[in-house]
Amino acid sequence: MSEPVLQARGLAKTFGHVVGLDRVDLTLSAGEVLAVIGDNGAGKSTLIKCLSGAMVPDAGTISVEGRQVSFRTTQDARAAGIETVYQTLAVAPALDIASNLFLAREQRRPGVLGTVFRMLDTGAMKKQAKQRIDDLGITTLQNINQAVETLSGGQRQAVAVARAAAFGSKVVILDEPTAALGVRETGQVLRLIRDLRDRGLGVILISHNMPNVFEVADKIHIQRLGRRLGVITPRSHTPAEAVAIMTGAATLDPAQDADDLVDTPRNT
Amino acid sequence: MSQTLDTSASAEDITKPRDSLDRRLHGVLHRMPALSPLVVLVIACVVFAVANPRFIRPENLSILLQQAAVVGSLAVGQTLVILTAGIDLSVGAIMVLATLVMGKLAFGGMPDVVAFLIGFALAVAAAFLNGLLVTRIKLPPFIVTLGTLSVFTALALIYAQGQTITLNPGTFLTWSGTVIPIGRFGLTVGVLMMLLLYIGFAYALRQTAWGRHLYATGDDPEAARLAGVRTSRVLLSAYVVAGAVIGIAAWILVGRINGADPNAGLNANLESITAVVIGGTSLFGGRGVVVGSLIGALIVQVFDNGLALIGVNPNYQVLAVGVLVIVAVAADQWIRSVKS
Repeated sequence: MSEPVLQARGLAKTFGHVVGLDRVDLTLSAGEVLAVIGDNGAGKSTLIKCLSGAMVPDAGTISVEGRQVSFRTTQDARAAGIETVYQTLAVAPALDIASNLFLAREQRRPGVLGTVFRMLDTGAMKKQAKQRIDDLGITTLQNINQAVETLSGGQRQAVAVARAAAFGSKVVILDEPTAALGVRETGQVLRLIRDLRDRGLGVILISHNMPNVFEVADKIHIQRLGRRLGVITPRSHTPAEAVAIMTGAATLDPAQDADDLVDTPRNT
Repeated sequence: MSQTLDTSASAEDITKPRDSLDRRLHGVLHRMPALSPLVVLVIACVVFAVANPRFIRPENLSILLQQAAVVGSLAVGQTLVILTAGIDLSVGAIMVLATLVMGKLAFGGMPDVVAFLIGFALAVAAAFLNGLLVTRIKLPPFIVTLGTLSVFTALALIYAQGQTITLNPGTFLTWSGTVIPIGRFGLTVGVLMMLLLYIGFAYALRQTAWGRHLYATGDDPEAARLAGVRTSRVLLSAYVVAGAVIGIAAWILVGRINGADPNAGLNANLESITAVVIGGTSLFGGRGVVVGSLIGALIVQVFDNGLALIGVNPNYQVLAVGVLVIVAVAADQWIRSVKS
């Protein structure tokens, strides 16, 4: 694996007296699933919000494919090829599935209708939305004209994941994507994560679910109390050890930090 | 949440639940929020036409439309703000202030077009101030516009110095009052302006990215922001564009009363909100269509006109509109409760 697709150095963020992130480093390679685990308040959400442009860190640098970037808004991160599925899903309930997929990246009609009258190309967007959902193998979304609020939780999750997967060109970040899902839907999301990785994208997965993490992750970044404790792999540690480290019951031997390993072979 | 998720997706596909009448009605109203006010409008018109045939005479319907033009136009701007889950209590006050500026400047000898443009710019600036206070200082829209309602009302009274301005009909400023006869109907330019506003904004809300962002912002601002919508800018734009609409409404008012009067349009603030709410737009934002507000404004006017024609005490009209508002909000609550 070559240059990291996404790299963060020394990210820090405080909320008044509360330290959200304390000089956190993170490295993500293309074609890699990096899980981020940690107890509540470990700074997982703050970390991904900084990486996705939803929050501006107080200090530290972020670079995409070696080029330093500074995200002021989620639009900036999207433009750099980073898509995020938030825990809250960030879908507009009253809009239909196609409109949600294209929210804030609407396509306009060609010609005068588009340039002068700013008319949306609803037909083309619907067609593409359908195409992308089919390509991703998402079977739970049948009618893309349906308002998102009429969907079940699992289907809403599928909309949010489809949006990120359809437009993410370099990195897809997923915050607790399976927390609200049943067994079958969880399986679909995990398969989607592997698909994205196999297409050469970098995937960051934030999850509490250790079996899921150990099933799909290539590396596991452990956060505790706003700090990065280290990076392990599913082969170097067991789920029980990972939980022990993230809760402070055990410590991680710095020699075992997987970030220092060059080119980790992927388990297939 | 989690209990509902496991089953619904798979179960829905296989066994489509037989829709009860209740559910079907819910679904239809959910898709078409302006349908129930339209039904009310049609029924009201039929009832009044039967009770007194004078009601459906073209002359009467023309007057009805002319009377609805000012509040109907204001309701367009109010709809934009309410769709963002905001409210603008000051639209009427801004309109009155703008009419006084237009009227006084024109009366003082300034060319009508220039007077209009200054009044129009003032309306936009006043609404911009509302928008700034809401988006930058993050004050609740209700409080902001309650404050500016008093400010602009007072400014209008101070500026008017107790005067009422009368302008000549047929000039640029009073052009909106010019009657265009269409058969036995007599529509004013102001009525046509109002209809154009509805057509324009129905298009903008439905067919442009701005419209979608407005709905998304009103629906769930945090979700819209995370999805990449610049919610603060969208919110500000709603107030500013509403200001432009208020400027047009001021022009229509000048044409209607052939001048400017600090006491004209005193109730327009609340009447515009009434029209929007009766028209099926949700006060909680993100739901509704602009044409509903036209229907809402017409319903109020039809009740007013119809009850007068059949000789009912006008206080009952006020009572009826009050009941309608409560029914409309209750209906909205029911429509919003999605049973999936």
